[in-house]
Amino acid sequence: MSHVATVHSLWTISADAPAAILAPDIEYMQLLPVLIVIGAAVVGIMLEAFLPRRARYYAQVMLTLVALAASFAAVVGLAASGHATEKAQIAGMGALAVDGPALFLQGTIALVAIVSVLTFAERRLDPAAHGNRVDSFAAQGAATPGGVAEQQAVKAGFTTTEVFPILLFAVAGMLVFPAANDLLTLFIALEVFSLPLYVLCALARRQRLLSQEAALKYFLLGAFSSAFLLFGVALLYGYAGTVTYGGIAEVVSGDLQRVDPAVAATMGNDALLLIGGALVIMGLLFKVGAVPFHMWTPDVYQGAPTPVTGFMAAATKVAAFGALLRLLYVVLPGLRWDWRPVMWGVVIVTMLVGAIVAVTQTDVKRLLAYSSVAHAGFILAGVIATTPSGISSVLFYLLAYSFVTLGAFAVVTLVRDAGGEATHLSKWVGLGRRSPLVAAVFAVFLLAFAGIPLTSGFAGKFAVFKAAAEGGAGTLVVVGVAASAIAAFFYIRVIVLMFWNEPKPEGPTVAVPSALTSTAIAIGVVVTVVLGVAPQYFLDLAGQAGVFVR
Amino acid sequence: MSFPLLTVTAALPAVGAIATAAVPAAGRVAAKWLALAVSLATLVLAGVVFARFDPGGDRYQLTESHAWIADFGVRYELGVDGIGAALIGLTALLIPFIVLAGWRDADVPDAEAGDTRGRRWRPTQGFFALILMVEAMVIISFAATDVFLFYIFFEAMLIPMYFLIGGFGDRAHASSEDEAAKQRSYAAVKFLLYNLAGGLIMLAAVVGLYAATADQLGEGTFSLARIAEARASGELELATNTERLLFLGFFLAFAVKAPLWPLHTWLPNAMGESTAPVAVLITAVVDKVGTFAMLRFCLGLFPEASSWATPVILVLAVISVIYGALLAIAQRDIKRLIAYASISHFGFIVMGIFAMTSQGQSGATLYMVNHGISTAALLLVAGFLISRRGSRLIADYGGVQKVAPVLAGTFLVGGLATLSLPGLAPFVSEFLVLVGTFSRYPVIGIVATLGIVLAALYVLVLYQRTMTGPLKAGLEKMPDLRLRELAVAGPLIALLLFLGFYPKPLTDVVNPAVEHTLSDVEKTDPKPDVPVTAHDAEAAK
Repeated sequence: MSHVATVHSLWTISADAPAAILAPDIEYMQLLPVLIVIGAAVVGIMLEAFLPRRARYYAQVMLTLVALAASFAAVVGLAASGHATEKAQIAGMGALAVDGPALFLQGTIALVAIVSVLTFAERRLDPAAHGNRVDSFAAQGAATPGGVAEQQAVKAGFTTTEVFPILLFAVAGMLVFPAANDLLTLFIALEVFSLPLYVLCALARRQRLLSQEAALKYFLLGAFSSAFLLFGVALLYGYAGTVTYGGIAEVVSGDLQRVDPAVAATMGNDALLLIGGALVIMGLLFKVGAVPFHMWTPDVYQGAPTPVTGFMAAATKVAAFGALLRLLYVVLPGLRWDWRPVMWGVVIVTMLVGAIVAVTQTDVKRLLAYSSVAHAGFILAGVIATTPSGISSVLFYLLAYSFVTLGAFAVVTLVRDAGGEATHLSKWVGLGRRSPLVAAVFAVFLLAFAGIPLTSGFAGKFAVFKAAAEGGAGTLVVVGVAASAIAAFFYIRVIVLMFWNEPKPEGPTVAVPSALTSTAIAIGVVVTVVLGVAPQYFLDLAGQAGVFVR
Repeated sequence: MSFPLLTVTAALPAVGAIATAAVPAAGRVAAKWLALAVSLATLVLAGVVFARFDPGGDRYQLTESHAWIADFGVRYELGVDGIGAALIGLTALLIPFIVLAGWRDADVPDAEAGDTRGRRWRPTQGFFALILMVEAMVIISFAATDVFLFYIFFEAMLIPMYFLIGGFGDRAHASSEDEAAKQRSYAAVKFLLYNLAGGLIMLAAVVGLYAATADQLGEGTFSLARIAEARASGELELATNTERLLFLGFFLAFAVKAPLWPLHTWLPNAMGESTAPVAVLITAVVDKVGTFAMLRFCLGLFPEASSWATPVILVLAVISVIYGALLAIAQRDIKRLIAYASISHFGFIVMGIFAMTSQGQSGATLYMVNHGISTAALLLVAGFLISRRGSRLIADYGGVQKVAPVLAGTFLVGGLATLSLPGLAPFVSEFLVLVGTFSRYPVIGIVATLGIVLAALYVLVLYQRTMTGPLKAGLEKMPDLRLRELAVAGPLIALLLFLGFYPKPLTDVVNPAVEHTLSDVEKTDPKPDVPVTAHDAEAAK
């Protein structure tokens, strides 16, 4: 190897001798929550390959739960040692931020995932097929619906235990997403959690075609939005010459003097910034399901296996709102006046469309899908408050909302008839007479969605409305209140159906779940009530976590 | 730290509700007795509150204050003034009668008792648990001195009420069970949506109040004491428009609850479809939170806006008085008749509050208590009547006094109280309201007096059609009041007589509180125009 720069040929020259190869400086301890989950996911794949079929289910469930619990413990450990506040830092060569919002959201996602695993692992709701206990997932995802291969797979008692490592991969992506500190990490995290979700959506045991349609729709639209996001990333790079959030923010605020020769022609061009920023935000709004990027939610929520829907509805929202918060507060704060009017429009339309369209729904999963759109609007109202209480209110809302959602979808898995889950609202008639407890629990979740006091939904809604009012968005509060009134109507309608109408003789039955789903629902109820009655501790937590590192 | 009397008074029925709901299906009778015992124990505690309240003392007494949700500026602050003490007393007083009157309302029909689904289906326990839950929330609302705390229970109260209305209607009018269930569910949903919409408008105003205080005081607060102090010292100055908007937000919610014309339409449905005890709970207990809140929160927080809105509100109140009375006359259904009569009476209460005179507001407060007792007496006896015949239509009755003289007699006394016959309690309050209104707004006062005449009409015609005349076929075997029913009607009538002749215990407690409220809005009673003393006459010259 020559130490002198010599010309080899027309095309290559030898590089300057590297003085010494600098090993990248990775703060492994700070990245532990993510690393544990990814590691466990890889181990899970190995188990899938090497363990005998019989042992896989228990091994996977245990592995997943332990890994998620360890990840949560790591988050708590980091927060307890001050990484959420004074020791907040950028880790992983500038790729990830370890700060209050990131840790709070990572903790929330880990908890949501733990509860979701409980519903994923439920195997007592459907009657055993050919002597084998079955869960909510197709015996063999790739088999043609209704085909011979499928029947054979069912007969053989196959189960898709791959869902657990797939779930872990998705969780890993979600853990990175709100912590991503440069646009490429953001994009990679987006893909890492989206692809497993597309697969999970296609795996419903019942109504295979609907499930596959949902997955395809989600995939196509998701890919479309990823492309938007990626294009936005490219434009922002052209604008700032860097993809790190801090770097872009410096260019936006005009602090930067150094010009990158590669993009000198375009650097500082505001058109690139505005278009690029808009495209990236569009990609994120797609993931949170804000109008007009909400079209996929009802179909996907309906078609996906219900445990997946619950997981997706809760965890994706948490992750995507985390990323959106970081982007708007770290990268584009100097542009507040440029994005606020548009976001105002998005917030108002999202709240109203979600609430109004939900009124006409007849399927409980679609109803919850539109309700999630309306809730995305409420959360966005807090996001654009651009005050510290805006951040903390969004964090709190996400925590509150995810557990209500998980609980509600877990209840949906219980109401079944011969064709699997009975999600059509006409089949829920008189549920309160048949199974008072299940109906009462679902009513609690509905009341929390509607934001009735003493539930977490009220505390969350008050927090974001308060933040919006403080941020000078009184109009949004008024629209939000109007949307809440409309939304209350359809939540109440379901309660009326359940309690005041006589049950039909051939109506669905309520399956008696195992301890797994019962635990998941119980956790949902407890969190809903505790966050409604005594939210102060969690508000404090969210308040302390409300500062981004840059 | 002193004994948290108010918290315990409110917590006891809440705990009792949970205990009642937990009674196993077989223990239906035990659940009833448990609920009755809890409601009586609450009455004792409310009596202690009333006795410990010193009319000459501080404005708010028995205060408790604890940090709750610091992020929202919310504290758990309780305290009663004379008005709150009187209404807590009324609530605790009426609940045992409601429980007793509804003793058989939620029994499982024998056919279903042996049914397998009767194993977990426990309507009896649910009925009494919900009543106690409402009681707990109403007591907290009367005692809350923090706006947010009040709001939470003001809203949360809707849920148990909704289940009481929708779940336990009487089947006395509709052609079929299905038809009855449909109308009941309609009434329950209408009740909930009206009140929820009102509540959500108030939520926007509550958020606005927070933003205003946070803006000017540095930290948002909902404490009445803190806000009053900041206003007095000039720290907090609401812009005129802000204050008016916030006032409207609060007032609308209370006007739906009260209910004031034209936001009243849910009341006849709700009272008509629910059983008589639940209807009493609605009109005599829960609706009082609305009028109470006008006094405490509208006048207390937004005095200038209250004065600004007074003319319009008085006109609406008078319309309520007349319109309610006219529609009551036109009703063919006993319970709806009483519901419209209540709307008329709520018009009087609101009128008394916004007349901004001490007689008017004392009268309004007394009116709340007296209306509670008199409506309870009339409506519960009407409920006993309806349960005997299985019909709510006036036309199905006639000559009842021949077969059931005691029932007819108690019904008459309740009715006479409703039309404010002198000697019965409501007379005192109605008179005070009219005098108080007349001294400031003579025209309004005169028009409202028509309401008294109309009241005589709807009550006496109701009595005449149902109780006198030839006995209607099918009523020959109608039994008179049973012991349990007498235990409900007797004490209520005794109380009406007692407070009619000797309202002093009540006025002593209420008057100082009214003075405080008037000082909030910086109003004093108008000077009499007519010379009363020789000195006045001199001065007039």
